[in-house]
Amino acid sequence: MARVIHKFTRNVPHWQPRLTPVKLAEATPEQLEALQVTPSNTKVSDYVLTLAHDVESLKVRSPLFNAIMYDAGGLSRSERELGALAASMVNRCIYCAAVHADRHAKIEKDTTTTDALFAAGEKADLNPRERAIFDFARKSAEAPPTAGKADMEALRQAGLSDAEILDLILSAALFGWANRLMHVLGDPVRKTEDA
Amino acid sequence: MSIFETTSLRVAGVEVDGKTAEAISGRHNIIEMTQAAEDAVLRPRDAGAFGHDLRAALAARVARLAEDDALASHYLAKAGNKAALADPSETGAAQGLSAVLAFVDKVANQTRDIAAEDVSGLQTAGVEDADIVRLCELVAFLAYQTRLIAGLRLMQGAA
Repeated sequence: MARVIHKFTRNVPHWQPRLTPVKLAEATPEQLEALQVTPSNTKVSDYVLTLAHDVESLKVRSPLFNAIMYDAGGLSRSERELGALAASMVNRCIYCAAVHADRHAKIEKDTTTTDALFAAGEKADLNPRERAIFDFARKSAEAPPTAGKADMEALRQAGLSDAEILDLILSAALFGWANRLMHVLGDPVRKTEDA
Repeated sequence: MSIFETTSLRVAGVEVDGKTAEAISGRHNIIEMTQAAEDAVLRPRDAGAFGHDLRAALAARVARLAEDDALASHYLAKAGNKAALADPSETGAAQGLSAVLAFVDKVANQTRDIAAEDVSGLQTAGVEDADIVRLCELVAFLAYQTRLIAGLRLMQGAA
């Protein structure tokens, strides 16, 4: 049994597709290549198998995702996670919010910021730098986007360099994309053990 | 192609010699991959149920919903005889695309309200699972691109 969850949490749920993922046994050579399946590694997530329906997009998005979230320099890893989290909260992508809140807390070795955000939403008590980052990413994620000159000015006032600001724009924008896959194509669920 | 000729930097009006360009030089690879992603969602070899003209029209529609007329114009130029569908007030009923357009609009601008019924509704309307994924990737990429462009404009001092 699986129960769909609707509340923000750092406890990462399972992701249950709303449509039928590609079956590995029936995958084309191009899909197998994109999935990087080797004989010793045939455990592929349902999420990636679902995206394999559009293998050309999957092949370009995975390296782009990794570059935006993990490439060296620029904005810190945890502040990129904060940008991703802000977008995921706006779009109510419970799964993405859980993954990126969890990563933020683990990198920082501190749950204060993500606890506050899940408890109080955009009114959470944040330090000035976190406040500027969160608000810019949150407004950027609105549809249509509402981040403006004052939000950009707040980032600069908080001490972000242009390289850091660019990384924040990228991470928040990337989750405009990721949320529209995760949240649209599947449900975040808790699996209850067999009774 | 120079990164300054990619859609995102061109539409955002990024100056080759400016401060923003300097920051971007450290993320050259990301700008190149962004263009590769545009090519993959707009002009894939295997377009499934949605041809390149229709994809361009849908991209222009999503850009308009994000209030980015410059990006909408970029895509509209490639929409051929599907151009009318780029107008958000067009339902697509005459082309048998009303379920598809309603889904595109909701994924684009009411993302948080999407529910299982929105996906099952498309399946009921006869859209294959693979095409639902293709449609989501197209709309989702545009969500990324419009926000990247909006951010780049702000970095350069736009209101």
